[in-house]
Amino acid sequence: MRIVRRASRSITVKNGEVASLESYTTEGFGVRVVVDGAWGFASSARLEPREVDRVTALAVEIARASALFKLEPVNLGEPVAHVGTYRTPVKVDPFSVPLEKTLDLLLAADSAMRAVKGIVVAESSAAFIREEKTFANTEGAYIEQEIVETGGGLQALAVGNDDVQQRSYPNSFGRHQGTAGYELLEAIDMVGNAPRVAEEAVMLLTAPVCPSGVTTIILDATQLALQVHESCGHPIELDRVMGMEAAYAGTSFLTLDKLGTFRYGSPIVNITADATIPGGLGTFGYDDEGVEAQRTPIVREGIFVGYLTSRETAARLGQRSNGTMRADGWNRIPIIRMTNINLEPGEWDFDDLIADTDDGIYMEMNKSWSIDDKRLNFQFGTEVAYQIKNGKMGQLYKNATYTGITPQFWAGCDAICNRNHWNVWGTPNCGKGQPPQVAHVGHGTAPARFRNVQVGVMKG
Amino acid sequence: MLGEKGFRKLADQVLSKSKADQTEVLLQAGDSALTRFANSYIHQNVAESDAVVRLRVVIGQRTGVATTNDLSADGLERALETAMLVAGLQPENPNTPPMPAPQPVPLAVAFSEATANASPELRARAAGVFCTLAREKGLTAAGAFRTAIWEMGVANSLGHFVHSAGTVADVNSVIMSDDSSGYSEAAAVDVRHLDVEALAAEAVDKALRSRNPRPLPAGEYPVVLEAYATADIVSIMGYLAFSALAVQEGRSFMAGKFGQPIMSPSVSIWDDGLDPSGLPLPFDFEGAPKKRVDLIQGGVAVGVVHDSATALKDGVASTGHSLPMPNPQGPFPLNLFMAPGTASPEQLIAGLDKGLLVTRFHYTVPVHPAKAVVTGMTRDGTFWVEGGEIAYAVKNLRFTESYLDAFNRVEGIGRETRLLVSRFEIGGVRVPAVRLAGFRFTGTTEF
Repeated sequence: MRIVRRASRSITVKNGEVASLESYTTEGFGVRVVVDGAWGFASSARLEPREVDRVTALAVEIARASALFKLEPVNLGEPVAHVGTYRTPVKVDPFSVPLEKTLDLLLAADSAMRAVKGIVVAESSAAFIREEKTFANTEGAYIEQEIVETGGGLQALAVGNDDVQQRSYPNSFGRHQGTAGYELLEAIDMVGNAPRVAEEAVMLLTAPVCPSGVTTIILDATQLALQVHESCGHPIELDRVMGMEAAYAGTSFLTLDKLGTFRYGSPIVNITADATIPGGLGTFGYDDEGVEAQRTPIVREGIFVGYLTSRETAARLGQRSNGTMRADGWNRIPIIRMTNINLEPGEWDFDDLIADTDDGIYMEMNKSWSIDDKRLNFQFGTEVAYQIKNGKMGQLYKNATYTGITPQFWAGCDAICNRNHWNVWGTPNCGKGQPPQVAHVGHGTAPARFRNVQVGVMKG
Repeated sequence: MLGEKGFRKLADQVLSKSKADQTEVLLQAGDSALTRFANSYIHQNVAESDAVVRLRVVIGQRTGVATTNDLSADGLERALETAMLVAGLQPENPNTPPMPAPQPVPLAVAFSEATANASPELRARAAGVFCTLAREKGLTAAGAFRTAIWEMGVANSLGHFVHSAGTVADVNSVIMSDDSSGYSEAAAVDVRHLDVEALAAEAVDKALRSRNPRPLPAGEYPVVLEAYATADIVSIMGYLAFSALAVQEGRSFMAGKFGQPIMSPSVSIWDDGLDPSGLPLPFDFEGAPKKRVDLIQGGVAVGVVHDSATALKDGVASTGHSLPMPNPQGPFPLNLFMAPGTASPEQLIAGLDKGLLVTRFHYTVPVHPAKAVVTGMTRDGTFWVEGGEIAYAVKNLRFTESYLDAFNRVEGIGRETRLLVSRFEIGGVRVPAVRLAGFRFTGTTEF
């Protein structure tokens, strides 16, 4: 049983006006049961003894219906009986900061963007979340957690003749988020970056379209975070591999036969799933099955070595869960979600990497993303791109896209920047499951270089 | 479920205590259950019950909002205090529209007792139809079957009060072999109108026919898009272009083009929250009555949907398409329809000398919003057609195409339409299959 209380505050300033300022609280409980070897789950917002009885009985009734069409009885492996607590360490509780202070910051950033001629829409936003969760199971686990998140960012939209161009900061779609306090919002200096972001949006209107061809690309850390998310994070979810997501976003090319042998990328590619990194948006103490947060190798020197697992899927492999089952609130059943899926840093300094590149394109910040239902064929668009010629950054391009097949793309990775350029980026909008669930996940990345990549599919 | 009486009591409780100049109570409640199957058995089976109240207060021209699912007297009082506090902290917004005044709201019945009373066993047995048929054919089934009751009410301090309740049932399935897959999906107000046997047969048939797919190089090909793919085109157009805010901000392909032909003359698209053949909702999140809005008529750009904020700016009346106010997204068309044509499915395919039959699109996203350029993949049944007949299955393709340009190449429209749940989860879209003279595929994949 899980009892969850989530409080959030979100503020959006758009074109000088407070477009929304909303305080949201939701609380309720969910009961997950195995009866006759099959799953049932029911939930309710009314945390009252009689309602708990009703919902528990409903979960049992649902499980009995599930048992009408089951194959093997559910096997959860070894019991999980942790007793513990976890709290996100924060310097400044974001809910303790006067609203006026955040509003002033957002209005100042908004004003700085609109001061740039050609900006049609300026938007700045901040979000704070506190989630209190209590978990208990019949195996003896009892866990209390408090997860605090802070996020914020801005986006400028310039509109020209049949063209719309955008720039965002510090991450795409106007928001970076982490398990952190108000200090995160202060560290990203939205006001200081607002004029640059707006100027770049306007410059894009007159920039040439990114050329087409096969070339070398260098991706910035924020774009690489989404690349990792789509082409590594999702395909390693073991429930997806086992077909549980087939009818929604699809299955995975990383089938069970590939574990431990498949060359996922070049030998410099090392990927970990790490729910223990301070500040990561996928950082917590225990997952929603009561399993402790862990750091797990996923790709070691280019070889695929591990999945994200639940108790049930791990048991099928004869393993123990690595603690990635999370639910989007009290009214959702836990499913396997990314924690912080990180491309471990390499050895390059960014300037040296550019200087080492004779001919290519630097691409920064995601604008569009799409990948097929086995997580192989992807296409990403970025907000900006720059030509790299003879080791120097040159011409600005708009409408940049690149496309590839996942293992081929990662095989072409020949340089990754070092820890000085590495950051854990938050993705607060990861969708999965039916009914739909939104997860908050993180990706540690630094800029990296990829050879022989197809770029530019836009006509104009 | 609170019911109209319960909501009136709750709303009165809030409105009588509010000291704001204007106060709005928005209720969204529901009971929903979903049975999910994969590998031909039920692997997930869930139910939820929730009621959320969103309070909006306006003091002068300052707005505050607080949302809670704690509907106790204390919970509502706390939410009201928060909303008042939030409003007091804000700068004046001279563009704050007034809340809707009392006005009649048309009836749109969208309630089915059969759906409301659907049991876990009913859903499980429906899932079993897919699983059993798939097993019989040596295939595996995955999918989800949902039944839900929704309730919505809006009351404001100007005396406007609206309440409605409805049901929805929807099912989707992907039936797979080791090298192919097939798809089916449908939605209805009444669960009895979902023909699960026919839907299972459709997906199984597609999975069997799409075996042994051959590679096909990227390129521009004429296509027949089944209704599942058409729904994606119409829905994304709704998201990108059919809102008055998108026009006001100059990012819609409709901006500056009203009265002009922008699509093939055979294309007509409208939004109608009252049409019983859709998933009706008689009013929007401000309580404003839904109006039918013609968006594209005979290929000509004729209208966009409004909420009170965009209506105030354009000096017109709201069309009843607000999301919860205020918001930065603007109005949204939640009940889209595309006019059917006259062609049977066979006639649509017969018109292809050489081209592709596409069952559905996967993971579609705008690449260039102003030009409605979208990328995505084909999925669950892509076929090469020659001489008007399906020749063989092909591996999935990536497209990067302007949906606006695509709807300028319409050669034929199916006579049957399908009702599907909107990709944005709320509302529905009813559309036919279409044949297009060309569609730009920009990449391939391995299956």
